[in-house]
Amino acid sequence: MATYILKRFLQLIPVFLGATLLVYFLVFSLPGDPIAALFGDKPVNEAVAAKLRAQYNLDQPFIIQYLLYLKSIFTFDLGQDFSGRPIAAVLGEVFPVTARLAVMALIFEAVFGIAFGLIAGLRKGKFFDGTVLIASLIVIGIPIFVLGFILQFFIGVQLGWAKPTVSAAATVQDLILPAIVLGLASFAYVLRLTRTSVIENMNADYVRTATAKGLSRFRVVNVHILRNSLIPVVTFLGADLGTLMGGAIVTEGIFNVPGVGNRLYRAVLSGEGPTVVSIVTVLVLIYCLSNLLVDLLYAWLDPRIRYDS
Amino acid sequence: MRFSRTSKALGVAAIIALAATGCGGGSSNDSGSSAGDPNKVIIADGSEPQRPLMPADINEVGGGKIATLIFSGLVSYDPSGKPVNELAESIEAPDAQNFTIKIKKDQKFTNGEAITAKTFVDSWNYGAAAKNANLSATFFESIKGYDETSAEGSTVETMSGLKVVDDSTFTVELKQPESDWPLRLGYTAFMPVPSAALADPKTYGEKPVGNGPYKMAENGWQHNVQIQLVPNADYNGPRKAKNGGVTFKIFQNDDAAYQDLLSNNLDILQVIPTSALKNFKSDLGDRFIEKPYAGNQTIAIPEYLPEWSGEAGKLRRQAISMAINREEITKVIFSGGRQPAKDFTAPVLDGYSDSIPGSDNLNFDATKAKDLWAKADAIQKWDPNTAFTIAYNADKGGHKAWVEALTNQLKNNLGIKAEGLPFATFKEARDLATTAKLTGAIRAGWQADYPSLYNFLGPIYKTGAGSNDARYENPAFDKAISDGLSAPSVAEGNKAMNKAQEILLQDLPAIPLWYQVSQGGWSTGVTNVDYGWDGVPLYYNITGK
Repeated sequence: MATYILKRFLQLIPVFLGATLLVYFLVFSLPGDPIAALFGDKPVNEAVAAKLRAQYNLDQPFIIQYLLYLKSIFTFDLGQDFSGRPIAAVLGEVFPVTARLAVMALIFEAVFGIAFGLIAGLRKGKFFDGTVLIASLIVIGIPIFVLGFILQFFIGVQLGWAKPTVSAAATVQDLILPAIVLGLASFAYVLRLTRTSVIENMNADYVRTATAKGLSRFRVVNVHILRNSLIPVVTFLGADLGTLMGGAIVTEGIFNVPGVGNRLYRAVLSGEGPTVVSIVTVLVLIYCLSNLLVDLLYAWLDPRIRYDS
Repeated sequence: MRFSRTSKALGVAAIIALAATGCGGGSSNDSGSSAGDPNKVIIADGSEPQRPLMPADINEVGGGKIATLIFSGLVSYDPSGKPVNELAESIEAPDAQNFTIKIKKDQKFTNGEAITAKTFVDSWNYGAAAKNANLSATFFESIKGYDETSAEGSTVETMSGLKVVDDSTFTVELKQPESDWPLRLGYTAFMPVPSAALADPKTYGEKPVGNGPYKMAENGWQHNVQIQLVPNADYNGPRKAKNGGVTFKIFQNDDAAYQDLLSNNLDILQVIPTSALKNFKSDLGDRFIEKPYAGNQTIAIPEYLPEWSGEAGKLRRQAISMAINREEITKVIFSGGRQPAKDFTAPVLDGYSDSIPGSDNLNFDATKAKDLWAKADAIQKWDPNTAFTIAYNADKGGHKAWVEALTNQLKNNLGIKAEGLPFATFKEARDLATTAKLTGAIRAGWQADYPSLYNFLGPIYKTGAGSNDARYENPAFDKAISDGLSAPSVAEGNKAMNKAQEILLQDLPAIPLWYQVSQGGWSTGVTNVDYGWDGVPLYYNITGK
């Protein structure tokens, strides 16, 4: 098991190098000169621009810029963004907010998705099942920004149950509505995945055996059906954590959440290479780690799976 | 109840009121006076400043809004755009070139440091020097010695045109006479900074110390989230704070800010987002403002393109201008949020005229437009397969709608192919303009840095000027502009500027489209909202209800 985990960690190294190189190159190839853009409509002051280019290594060829950036990572100094602030500090501000949002969304989709999916699966073909299926189809079909605006307008503005945007502290309470919006689409997937899986397992031999040997309905459902049905769901949820962290740009925009998505969007627009790469790299690492966690969870959920070398 | 140090008089009044009612609690009782609640903290919308808050390094609205409130310069602008003395006692120059500036005595920064003539000279020298790389360094270019300190790699740190005479007097020698130079002194770049700023600009940029009607609250700048300003009790200029502070909440998205305004989480929204233009008047009742400000929108057509050069190019530009129904677009697309342009400047400025000879070239006349186009075709044939394109940035500003409307008008009225050419980001579109690689027209717009006609003409249309996207060159125009600058008074100067505009109205290096109008709204919690000449709310005047 330990060897397996070590192996997986070693795999992170090429992923990390590849991701940073690729993203740095993409930002580098964005059209337009980021320093000239700082001047807006006004004429570019060449002396000032040259000084700034040198400060951000933008006067160097691509590969040198990239190597300098790598060097800055290994010295734990990620450089500065265009407003002269350390990028490490920027990461420290935005990631906790988005992590809170993503985890809340994940909890929402896991709890409600699995519960609704389980009930729908157990009552296959009944009224509840039909209603939930149609509702989830609608949720999957409507783009997230439409849902976001609708919920913001009705719940935030018309009914006044929640603030339409989050406050400066971005507290858990503020983030409830954004988390629901962020998690809605995945909620529908989790629901459908659980339902299908439950229906499949209900007809499995071991469930029939369990019922036949007189186990309570509660025990059959919880231990034999649900636990076995969770394997595909857990895979989905694990992969989804990374998606939620990185894919929160739209939701963060709608609810003005001061998180990763907002900062990333601004950094891309202004062509701040090191800021973009630093944020994306952390996102990639989170994605990889959550996948590792999922693989380890498999072993716990399904004892038939072993990670021996 | 919390007592701010906003105003001693109001504070005393509040104490009397409290004593009279016997109220000591934290209730938000209505004071009942028209002056409103002096302790109300105004929540306003802002954007994250692009650079540290060092006056000479500020170049965009996010930082500019904050700097205007935390700094007080020699002059500030009243709501109509007229300069009013703040720190200046007098600014005089008989020849419009050698200025003697006297500043008021006993002025202080909020850290207690005295503001003297030397403060200004040091601040300006810091701002201009190339080694400090300030984005707005160019604002000092008129001062003698600027070229030496601002050259790439220069180590000269002082401009020879600035001289301290005594504690309250300094002199400024300009490179050439510029009658409108005193008008610029209210711009952010000219604000004084304390000596600590020059010693450690990095720390200062994060926690600026100024002398304006407000100061930054302790740890007031929460990056990407909000910027908190509290009143500066020692400020005694014309812009005294009438509220308990202003908190700028940073929004990435105008639509979110509008939703916040509707639910009273935001007190004032500077610009109503495009998506709400159709319904904001019914949403807000009487809580909105529509007021022209010193900005305009044009499309620049580069003369380096063969089909737009020479006599044929000039006729074509006139034809395009007359084929545009500005009235219709401002009504239909902007719901009255713009005013059709009659010149190259803006109506709020001193010296503006809506009837400069040649301004009929900006009136809609489809028949005449067709004639002009035919005349141009007689000189040089226009290939009917080429489309007239208008480049614009699609990332912000909502330009797509009007560009489409405009190109449709050109298609219908001139019978030519015309289309928008969107670019993903602003910088991409700007790059084409600054490197002279445009393939057609480009959206251009100008927002005045300071209220002057020259600011709308010189930096954009003078030969070799930095923002001359059209690469327009006309010696007669250049001459008229320099005549205006050397005029003995601002009024004389304005006359000459309008003479220069007569030339522009014939040549049309850019086609003026419309003037900008601020459309803003406020919550039910505040009152006394008005906007300045630059389209920014007068935050210091806003009071709680």
